[in-house]
Amino acid sequence: MSRLRRNLAPYLLVLPGGLWLLLFFAVPMITMLSLSLQQGDIVNGYAFTGHWQTYVDAIGNYRTQLFRSLLYGAIATIALIVLAFPVAYWIAFYGGRRKATYLFLLLLPFFVSFVLRTISWRQILTDEGPVLGPLKDIGLLGDSFHVLGTPFAVIAGLVYNFLPFMVLPVYVALERIDPRVIEAARDLYADPATAFRKVILPLALPGVFAGVLMTFVPASSDYVNSAVLGSSSTTMIGQVIQAQYLATADYPTASALSFVLMAVLLIGVFTYARALGTEDVMKVAAR
Amino acid sequence: MNSLHSSGQLWRGMTQRRLGRRDALRMGGLASFSAFLAACGVKGQGNPGASAPAPDAVAKFWEGKTATKHVDVASWPLYMDPKQPELKAFTSETGITVNYQEVIQEMGPWFAKVQPQLAAKQPIGFDIQIITNGVQFKQFKDSGFLAPLDLAKLPNYAKNAGPAYKNEAFDPGNVYSVPWTSGITGIAYDPAKTGREITKLADLWDPKFKGKVGMFSDTQELANFGLLVLGIDPGKSTPDDWKKAADKLKEQKSQGILRNYYDQSYIDALGKGEVWITQAWSGDVFQKNVSEGKNFKFIIPEEGGTIWTDNFSIPITAPNAVSALTLIDYFYRPEVATDVAAYINYVTPVPATQELMKQKAAAATGDDKKTLTAVAESPLVFPTEADYAKLHYYRNFATPAEYQDFQRVFEPVVLG
Repeated sequence: MSRLRRNLAPYLLVLPGGLWLLLFFAVPMITMLSLSLQQGDIVNGYAFTGHWQTYVDAIGNYRTQLFRSLLYGAIATIALIVLAFPVAYWIAFYGGRRKATYLFLLLLPFFVSFVLRTISWRQILTDEGPVLGPLKDIGLLGDSFHVLGTPFAVIAGLVYNFLPFMVLPVYVALERIDPRVIEAARDLYADPATAFRKVILPLALPGVFAGVLMTFVPASSDYVNSAVLGSSSTTMIGQVIQAQYLATADYPTASALSFVLMAVLLIGVFTYARALGTEDVMKVAAR
Repeated sequence: MNSLHSSGQLWRGMTQRRLGRRDALRMGGLASFSAFLAACGVKGQGNPGASAPAPDAVAKFWEGKTATKHVDVASWPLYMDPKQPELKAFTSETGITVNYQEVIQEMGPWFAKVQPQLAAKQPIGFDIQIITNGVQFKQFKDSGFLAPLDLAKLPNYAKNAGPAYKNEAFDPGNVYSVPWTSGITGIAYDPAKTGREITKLADLWDPKFKGKVGMFSDTQELANFGLLVLGIDPGKSTPDDWKKAADKLKEQKSQGILRNYYDQSYIDALGKGEVWITQAWSGDVFQKNVSEGKNFKFIIPEEGGTIWTDNFSIPITAPNAVSALTLIDYFYRPEVATDVAAYINYVTPVPATQELMKQKAAAATGDDKKTLTAVAESPLVFPTEADYAKLHYYRNFATPAEYQDFQRVFEPVVLG
């Protein structure tokens, strides 16, 4: 009896988590898959017909937005690496006893809600707001010059909103580097640049990789930044899905687009992992 | 460790035997999986008979319903004085408290938001919703989501509503709705920025206003202007006309003339100078000018504008339906309707208000007098026959399929 119990123990331990996943991951996914293959309208209801054509139509109609989202996500991610690496590097190696304080300062703005922060950027950057207004008054900028509604505003919003998700993993990777390894490199006549390139960078790469996972995926599927800071020519795929679900109630198209986005992101992430020579994506992400 | 290992073996042992019948199982699994997929269907409430309800529908719905002491109202921004004087007077007179929420910004999202609850026969948290006579009105009606109104409990409505408002095409006989107010979709602009008077729809396509033009994201509103600028009556438009209008609208966007598509937030964009000229609803501009001291203008374009009606309706699951009727009827008292119209500057369904407003204007002094006189003579609150001649009604879609075709033409424009 007790032997059986011992044998079952690991499965019992997995049970709560497993049930949770089943309930809140598997069931919604299957429901969504089913929805994407249904036909009908919101008044008369949708019925399952195995209609794959929805996928073809959805991609045909909204491929521009899909590519645009991936492009914005990629640009934002690259900008994030460029911005976050020096910050993480400085905190990890020069932060001294105040490391925790610096990290806290970095996170402080993010105690305010995501949407609220984005909207406040809208207030700051608006056409006649505190930044552009005075510049227009003294004639430095044309009357119709604007920042809001441009791809720049949307990408800048993405970079701003996802900054900690890049800084923290990179910081964790850099922080664990044993200073003696760097000293050893210097002892072997590596100049600082070589030591950085050959020792620090390779050791930091898993952190960068984790950061990319945590920023590229949500940035590409984000819909708040484009909705608040963008215009009709910066529409991202997340907005399309949101509108299809919550404005037109065209559930099949919305679900199909969700699956397409998910597939594209998964393929992208695995290709990237392969290119980087990282065999096990999840293992790296977990570090 | 060893026990873990052996437990793995145990489980493999337990499952191995079934692997022999793998194929049969897989087929069975697939079959049941697709059965499961099919079971995930979304139930509609399709009820073609809903437009012509059973004769006893009213009696059946209201039977056993009693007055309560609270009403929740779902409305739009800029539809009432934020101090809510009318509601306060109503509460002190009847003892019924009113929770008035400005939760509706656009009809499509509102319908999509409450549809699942109503389909599940759940209350949506509101006893009155103010909905426009467009596509979603028909969706609400055809889904059986609207309570049939007991017109006998609306004596003020019977006495004071204008004849035109008692028999509107979208709800003949006012079975499910009575009007809150009507409004005109036209053009609002900031004369200081445009530097000239705006008179026609074509001005929305003027490259001079590059990046400073706003349009509505509601596909029906947007399509109407795309059609009207081409000289096509939206009510008589064909699918070919829709494509032409969509091309015209895409042109506005691809040339960078359009700044963005807006819901109710267009008025903020105008206020902040984000847009100089925009598609707009008639009363909003007046309220914005009053509350923020702006000098924006609203016009009905030469090519024509549209007129719509926002209506009181009671969701079928409303817990306070009886008190909701009491509140609706209250708004049909001429003096209440006058106060509301004077503040929101939309077309009131109670014609007696014009006379009352003139009397009030005569009695008032200073700024109040100026405002009231202006409202009493405003063609946007009391349109003349000549104004009506320039206004078009929303298109009524015969079938959901027709509406879906329409959406497939204009949705990619908005979501481009």
